[in-house]
Amino acid sequence: MNNPLKTMTEERIYLYPVWIRLWHLLNAIVCLTLIITGISMQFSNPKFPMIRFNVAVSIHNFAGIVLCLSYILFIIGNLLTSNGKYYKPIISGFFNRLKAQFIYYTLGLFKGKTAPFPVTLERKFNPLQQVTYIGTMYFLVPLSFITGIAMLYPEIIPVRIFWSSGLHFTDLIHITAGFLISVFMVIHIYFCTIGNTPLSNFKSMIDGYHESH
Amino acid sequence: MVKSHNYRPAWIILVILICLGITFTLGYSVNSKAGGIDTTVSKEKPAVQKTQFSSHKHAIDNENCLKCHGQSKYSYQNTESKKIDTKKMYSELIIDRTLFYESNHREFKCVDCHSEDYNTFPHAGNLRMESKPNCLDCHGGDEKYAKFHFENIEKQFQESVHSEKHSEDFTCWMCHNPHTYKINARTNENIKQTVAYDNAICLNCHGNLSNYQLLTDKANPNLLQKHDWLPNQKLHFRSVRCIECHTKKINDSTLVAHKILPREKAVRQCDQCHSSNSQLLATLYKYKIKEVRSAKGFFEGVISNDSYVIGANRNYYLNLISLVLFSIVIIGIIIHTVGRIFK
Repeated sequence: MNNPLKTMTEERIYLYPVWIRLWHLLNAIVCLTLIITGISMQFSNPKFPMIRFNVAVSIHNFAGIVLCLSYILFIIGNLLTSNGKYYKPIISGFFNRLKAQFIYYTLGLFKGKTAPFPVTLERKFNPLQQVTYIGTMYFLVPLSFITGIAMLYPEIIPVRIFWSSGLHFTDLIHITAGFLISVFMVIHIYFCTIGNTPLSNFKSMIDGYHESH
Repeated sequence: MVKSHNYRPAWIILVILICLGITFTLGYSVNSKAGGIDTTVSKEKPAVQKTQFSSHKHAIDNENCLKCHGQSKYSYQNTESKKIDTKKMYSELIIDRTLFYESNHREFKCVDCHSEDYNTFPHAGNLRMESKPNCLDCHGGDEKYAKFHFENIEKQFQESVHSEKHSEDFTCWMCHNPHTYKINARTNENIKQTVAYDNAICLNCHGNLSNYQLLTDKANPNLLQKHDWLPNQKLHFRSVRCIECHTKKINDSTLVAHKILPREKAVRQCDQCHSSNSQLLATLYKYKIKEVRSAKGFFEGVISNDSYVIGANRNYYLNLISLVLFSIVIIGIIIHTVGRIFK
């Protein structure tokens, strides 16, 4: 078994244990599947079917259930291992750190400056990553699967919520959360190219080692 | 002075008594032939039992029939035993006053469609042989009803699986109970109620073996099993009418399609409804669409108050916002990438 302290070198940190890599892979596949089938259903057109509607529904439902299981795995993993600590923000001075990271991404990066919050064993995420990951993993994903489960069992949804039908309201939240997760995913994939090399972060999710730069 | 007596009033009273005697004697002999029960159906206008219906045009006349057919039991005097006999009314012969006076035919007298001989009790046995009028007998070729296109409906019905399989045994009345049927989709704001009302018409036979077997000896197919391919079956059953998938849409002039398709030709393609060009626009939501169809081509708002159809409900503004947001993200990524390349 890899010991993070022993395997740490100057450039390489063993940051992603097997369970995180497997979970991340599963999560990536499931989220992509959900986004593609979701778009196919939302914009279904009998003349130009992306995926046949009933097939898209079945796949979407199945992938949704897998996402729930994967989320349970994520929560248990975070409770039992040290991975959970990366999601706990240090409140004091958080906005200043957020600002510093934003300035780095928008200006410093192009001027060849070093990252203000480099990855270490104690800090896997920079403040911007932390805020988006917390928002996604602890707000958007639960919101999407809670509304998703509700739509899987529509009889549990109140007939009316506010101004519209309960089902419509639930779906509106579901597709909004789904859309924001897909935006997160695009940005997440792009930012993964900002590593030691454009592919080094992708490699990290295969071998578990983060290459510092 | 001797007072002359005036006997005229006495004569009048005597004549009246004689007439009454003759009437009762004749009446009794008719009663005896009729099996010893009271056949008199009062010629007087009966009091309308349910006062809330008394405002209806023929409520008083109809009460002659409804005093027996309007409830689950009826009473008459048995002229043999002189007792009041109470019998149970067959459920098929009970006319619900509320439903009747809310139905399309509420303005009719019972005897407009049924023989006047029904005014006599007990009803003569041969009356059950009377042929019932069909829809076109009244509605066909009449300018007043032209907008309903009854001729088109008749043509579609003749091509329907109901008519083809059961020929003349299957009449309009099988679905449109003349005593209760009322137009619904175009008058009821609540789509769910329209769905429940219209589906109950189908289930009256397809969910009721004794009614189903009036026309066939076959066992009634299990509807839940036959529709087990349908995701969220309950929700579909509550939200759409059977006819959305089981009829062929012909043209816009026919208000409701009547060409019921054979099972194998029913719609099974989800995106026929789950798409922006949902066929529900031409059927279930047709009347609402006419009022509030969005200029953007979506029926957002039309059904959001009652229901939701994935793929058909598309919020124009949400779509626009998401497109703009996504474009900003992509443009941002492109600019950032270019910046990284040329830094």
